[in-house]
Amino acid sequence: MTGAQIIFIVVALFTLGSGLMVVTTRNLVHAALWLVSTLFGVAVTFALLNASFLAVVQVVVYIGAIAILFIFAVMLTRKDMRDQGPQHNSGWWVGALIAVLVFAGLLFLLQGWSGLYKTQAAIPAGFDAISELGNALVSPDAFVLPFEVASVLLVAALVGAVYVAFNRK
Amino acid sequence: MVPLSWYLIFAALLFSIGLFGVLSRRNAVAILLGIELMLNSVNINLAAFWRYGDVTQMAGQVFAIIVFAVAAAEVSVGLALVISVYRRRNTVVADDINMMKW
Repeated sequence: MTGAQIIFIVVALFTLGSGLMVVTTRNLVHAALWLVSTLFGVAVTFALLNASFLAVVQVVVYIGAIAILFIFAVMLTRKDMRDQGPQHNSGWWVGALIAVLVFAGLLFLLQGWSGLYKTQAAIPAGFDAISELGNALVSPDAFVLPFEVASVLLVAALVGAVYVAFNRK
Repeated sequence: MVPLSWYLIFAALLFSIGLFGVLSRRNAVAILLGIELMLNSVNINLAAFWRYGDVTQMAGQVFAIIVFAVAAAEVSVGLALVISVYRRRNTVVADDINMMKW
């Protein structure tokens, strides 16, 4: 077993363990904090995949904005269900069964695919992934239209969020 | 080296954990937490396919960035809805939010 494999297994176990805590903890503030550690594990996974820009954006946008937004929302709605009462609905075992079945189905689909045991090819010398990504995002031949549509979606979502949560009294 | 299958199985496990959270939690905010886990597992898959395929094709990373934008939009609207419902009905339990039940 090589060093890269050991690092991957440690990161994956850390991420999956925190993910399990997110869906099982009773206290929702703790669940939001476990989400931060899950997101950090995913950022390390991006770094292992040489996707440096994605790793940075994961930390800045997901941990810095989305997870903090979750903590705010948990604290604003905390009066309702503090730590007493069941946190899972009565049919939680059906959910567990469906999740296990989905995982089994994904494994079944994966094991029939020929490209499964591919290993990483070396990145070509002089290849700068971040500048290539920047060019791809604004080049008319590549992804400028999805990029602009995503920005319109963000503006619409932010205006909609302000409208929905606005207190008219 | 780490084969591609490890990343795919890792992402599938994270997706299943998130799916379990979405299906079993009673609190609407906790359901949104599960959706975040599922979106993250998709991003791991996209980044892995970019790295193990042709590195000069940036489509995998561009898709992951668009998933980031969609996740941010989804969380902002979802949490605004939860807070608005909490203000009117004083509940965040998904079973009790049945005003639109026909």
